[in-house]
Amino acid sequence: MNPEQPADPPDEPPAQGKPIGRRVLLGTLGLGALGVLTAPTLQRGLEAFLGNAADKDPTGLTGLLPNGGGFRYYSVTSSVPHKSAEDYRLTVDGLVHRPTTYTLADLRKLPQTRLVKDVQCVTGWRVPGTPFEGVRLSRLLDAVGVRPQGRAVRFTCFDGAYTESLTLDQARRSDVLVALRMQDKDLGHSHGGPVRLYVAPMYFYKSAKWLSGITVTDEVRPGYWEERGYDVDAWVGRSNGRDDAPTS
Amino acid sequence: MPLRADASAPKTVRLPRFSRAERWIHRTTAVLMGTCVVTAACLYLPQLAELVGRRELVVRIHEWAGIALPVPVLAGLASRAFRADLGRLNRFGAHDRRWLRAALRRDRRHASRPADKFNAGQKIYAAWIAGASLVMLGTGLLMWFTHLTPLMWRTSATFVHDWLALTIGVVLAGHIGMALADPEARRGLRTGAVDREWAEREHPLWRP
Repeated sequence: MNPEQPADPPDEPPAQGKPIGRRVLLGTLGLGALGVLTAPTLQRGLEAFLGNAADKDPTGLTGLLPNGGGFRYYSVTSSVPHKSAEDYRLTVDGLVHRPTTYTLADLRKLPQTRLVKDVQCVTGWRVPGTPFEGVRLSRLLDAVGVRPQGRAVRFTCFDGAYTESLTLDQARRSDVLVALRMQDKDLGHSHGGPVRLYVAPMYFYKSAKWLSGITVTDEVRPGYWEERGYDVDAWVGRSNGRDDAPTS
Repeated sequence: MPLRADASAPKTVRLPRFSRAERWIHRTTAVLMGTCVVTAACLYLPQLAELVGRRELVVRIHEWAGIALPVPVLAGLASRAFRADLGRLNRFGAHDRRWLRAALRRDRRHASRPADKFNAGQKIYAAWIAGASLVMLGTGLLMWFTHLTPLMWRTSATFVHDWLALTIGVVLAGHIGMALADPEARRGLRTGAVDREWAEREHPLWRP
């Protein structure tokens, strides 16, 4: 490291010696900057590697690593009530002809659509090829009959805080579901069950968990995260300053 | 814990190691770093996130603790003792090389690990954690003020922030683990003074 130093002087005053500490500090800063510059390449490599490792990992520990694959749990409230098939209700109201309340059994009786697409979170993680199954939102809107003044749809959740919204055109897309199943299982509570929204072409914060209300409104009202800076039109790859590959 | 400040009959000789200012710099930095780590865990680990929720509040606490993290050290620059110790941490002599070589060989004998007031491991840790904290601060700001930076920077900053956070967690656990294993070193940071025997054993080149 410093071969020109004399061998082991017993009483070396602290002011002498090489400023290695400063070099380590600056080197760490430099590596950090280099990491930011080379991140896209590093990230692609790591995602491929960890994705393969996660498939063969019985412990599930790889899921805790950054970009290790899998979903992450985000809630904006301290606790979320549990709803079962007995007490779950979904109300559809607002600027509609026939306001309706659906039970879980009602929703299950309607024709189901299954979509298999990637899930992309705005914070960076992506879960490839995730099956969602449920009722097309457009079918529910047609069933209640949207009045001519209706321009947008607002979603509320039984966690008591989260809200989301779509324009009526976005809400009528065939890849927007009121989802009852994910990964071919009934939606569990931590994934937003028993019923959540699934907006395939947008960042995952649009897919509100614990869906309890659908209200047709005359204009788009920004949702929970959108009042805190996220884009309202959250197309994957074309919003929020990100360039991810589109999901739908 | 017996207090040895009683000057009338000291059983062992206590050597002054850290000034009051230095102890408070360490304490406040530790509290801020601890806050960053705990809030980060609540944002990142699914089980804890499920338990705590309140994502917005946790994010705010994390951001402000991170911003405040360098403040104790910067304010501490007003202290002459602290500046002198920073100088000691910065400079590496030939004995530090011997210490590092012994550490790599897992040679634990005190004779092969000569150290001044700080040993080479402490010096490397101090420099690295300072640099790493600044990288976390920089990448954290890029993630915080998302609309001010080009789009690619933000994803890249998140990537570095996540992986460096994991690294810091491991290194910090080592730092705390070594402190737990050495009560006299902890007493030095709590009371400011250490036992002379301990100092002669662990830091033979140190002349307080």
